[in-house]
Amino acid sequence: MALRVLLGALPLAIFLAAAAFFLWGLNPQRDPSEIPSMLIGKEAPAFELGPIPGADRPGLATADLKGHGVTLVNIFASWCIPCRAEHGVLSKLAGDGVRLVGIDYKDKPADVLKYLGELGNPYERLGADTAGRAGIDWGISGVPETFVVDDKGRVVYRHVGPIAPNQVDDEILPALEQAAK
Amino acid sequence: MTPELGLFALILALAVALVQGSVPVIGAARGKPGWMAVAEPAAIAQFVCVAVAFGTLIWAYVVSDFTVATVAANSNSTIPLLYKITGAWGNHEGSMVLWVQILTLFGAAVALFGRNLPPSLRARTLGVQAWISIGFLSFTILTSNPFARVFPPPADGNDLNPLLQDPGLAFHPPMLYTGYVGFSIVFAFAVAALLEGRVDAAWARWVRPWTLAAWCFLTAGIALGSWWAYYELGWGGWWFWDPVENISFMPWLVGTALLHSAIVVEKRNALKAWTILLAILTFSLSLIGTFVVRSGLITSVHSFAVDPSRGLYILLLLAVAIGGSLLLFAIRAPVLKPGGLFAPVSREGGLVLNNLLLATAAATVFIGTLYPLFLEALGGGRVSVGPPFYNLTFVPLMMPLVLVMGAGLLLPWKRADLAGLLGRLKVALALAVAAALVALWLYDGTPIMPILWTGLIVWLVAGTLTEWAERVRLFRAPLAESWRRARLLPRSAYGATVAHLGLAIAIAGMVGAGSFKQESVEALSPGQSIDLAGYHYLFKDVERVQGPNWVADQGTFEVTRPGPNGAELVTTLQPQRRFYPVTRRNTTEAAIHTTGFADLYAVIGDPAENKAGAWVVRIYQEPMVPWLWVGALTMMLGGLLSLSDRRLRVGAPRRAVRAPALVQPAE
Repeated sequence: MALRVLLGALPLAIFLAAAAFFLWGLNPQRDPSEIPSMLIGKEAPAFELGPIPGADRPGLATADLKGHGVTLVNIFASWCIPCRAEHGVLSKLAGDGVRLVGIDYKDKPADVLKYLGELGNPYERLGADTAGRAGIDWGISGVPETFVVDDKGRVVYRHVGPIAPNQVDDEILPALEQAAK
Repeated sequence: MTPELGLFALILALAVALVQGSVPVIGAARGKPGWMAVAEPAAIAQFVCVAVAFGTLIWAYVVSDFTVATVAANSNSTIPLLYKITGAWGNHEGSMVLWVQILTLFGAAVALFGRNLPPSLRARTLGVQAWISIGFLSFTILTSNPFARVFPPPADGNDLNPLLQDPGLAFHPPMLYTGYVGFSIVFAFAVAALLEGRVDAAWARWVRPWTLAAWCFLTAGIALGSWWAYYELGWGGWWFWDPVENISFMPWLVGTALLHSAIVVEKRNALKAWTILLAILTFSLSLIGTFVVRSGLITSVHSFAVDPSRGLYILLLLAVAIGGSLLLFAIRAPVLKPGGLFAPVSREGGLVLNNLLLATAAATVFIGTLYPLFLEALGGGRVSVGPPFYNLTFVPLMMPLVLVMGAGLLLPWKRADLAGLLGRLKVALALAVAAALVALWLYDGTPIMPILWTGLIVWLVAGTLTEWAERVRLFRAPLAESWRRARLLPRSAYGATVAHLGLAIAIAGMVGAGSFKQESVEALSPGQSIDLAGYHYLFKDVERVQGPNWVADQGTFEVTRPGPNGAELVTTLQPQRRFYPVTRRNTTEAAIHTTGFADLYAVIGDPAENKAGAWVVRIYQEPMVPWLWVGALTMMLGGLLSLSDRRLRVGAPRRAVRAPALVQPAE
């Protein structure tokens, strides 16, 4: 009889456990379509990009991400409208002393020079990824994407899409702090 | 004015449901026939109210009333009438009205056709059904009002998602919902039986037709969905283990188990608590499905607009419906007296094994679907679970299931003689082994699975036909005698035979499509060709065609095959890549030619990026896929045959007569 009572209650117990997970899953902070990067916790991929012809910034390679403190790597393009939207946020972060480097994805030098001339150039270094090869190595699904890399060159955080102003406090700054540890 | 009428009708339906959920249940508890009798007219009135609302909603779509927010968001003045109508349920709000419409349809059906039920059971069943209505009607009215107005109204609507502009939308959701909402009535029967405190053979007999009906629709709904995905998405696949597919599949697996365990309750008065549990679980899984799809809990190709407040509301409904019924089960199940005993090798034993395997399979799918959520909640990061998981876990569970099925119909109740059974099946066994050997020789060098499956499929077909042949004494009696016996066999017996054969056909489709599919993807210019699986596809040209609300690039492929007198024309395939200007979205319209044993499947994609004048073209050779649809249809036909058995309509055992032997202690 005791066994029957236990067995009878088992389905209820399983359901309650599943329901607890469902409740957790409804957390509005959670975005199930968010894609984590395979790179998190690993070294940044090997890449070496030359400078943008005509820009007064040096190119970008994996070695530039090591031993320079925490770095924000932003992958963008002049033809990308959301990139334009987040440009102000990036400029402010760079102005606050965050080291910001950029990878210009599948772009024409003339277009990106015009873009930076118009909006300002907050990037310390700028790699020209004309063929889009570095973008593949970083595993991006589109532009813009932004990665937080620590002093040892390891990827700590990935942000897909433009960084909205409120996401700076909620996501980017905590990730930068975590990387600085 | 009419949209408000629709909303008013929904509110009225809710009011009726409140009455139906309380008065008859109290009446049943207190033994007041007048109170119990409220249930039937209420169930019919509720159905009529929801029908008025649903009709009003469809009307708003037909006349393109863009003052209604959901019409403006999901329809357009230029789309064909069919998609205006089906667009009514091609979105979250409208599909909830369809959901409730089908729920009330089953309630009304029980009121109309349930005259042979004892009044208290009928009153309680309809009462429980009304509780579900209350939950979903209030959900629809409070969080998902399909009649909400928008001001100022837009000049034209945003158009229906182009992927949904297909006749599939007219059949797939209504069928699927009829299937899984249909299990609500079985759930209501189970809860009513727990409230009454007795489950017996008569109960199983009453529940079985409803289970069968829901199961038939669910089978058809899932198959239609799979077919739709197959021809519309242009990926050449028919099942992706996508969370939403899995969610419709779990109730099917558990519902299939229920269909079989209910037979044991009916015939042998055993497995009662288990059957009640399955009845609760089948509908619970349907509810969980509704929750997962509409809460944005898991990403999937079918997502509705996500709104966390809706998710919370449905979760609350789940907690009440599933939690409440399982609590009732936990309290009442231990006092249900175990019924007839049986030996492990017996019809009951076979059905228990069937149930265990199906339940385990459903659990596997459940875990596979929700594992990413569980892992993420426990801080394990995000993963996705794909076909390799199911191939390793689900598929091997199906093998013993088919093995038992082949012999299942031949097993006698209570106790079987294993040696005798194998003797009767020696022909089937020999055929199966021979088929596997032929397969081994034919598909030289392929993996072991298709070979094993070939043997199993032949075993299932041969075993099933052996049982029929024995029953009609084929070749043992004169043919006239066999014919007479064949005509006298009850339809429920034919139902089982046909459904089991249908499964064999469907499995043949799955194995063939899964193991021998071929594809070729190339950038082709007109004039070039692809050779695949013995067919020659000549890419002739691409032309612009104009539809009612789309423009398309339509490719033309001339498919030929070498014949004795040179190449012979097999067919001309014209796949399209459509562009819908209103939503600025593309869809692919695959062109499919079926030979009966395989589909030739062509898709035209975008113009090639680095080859001027060329198009990305995908050609698939899909062996056995047509068998999937034929198999599913045959299974459904088997279900309908069984449903038409007069035994289910007349002569149901009367509880009063048999009660002394079967009755359960009320408490």
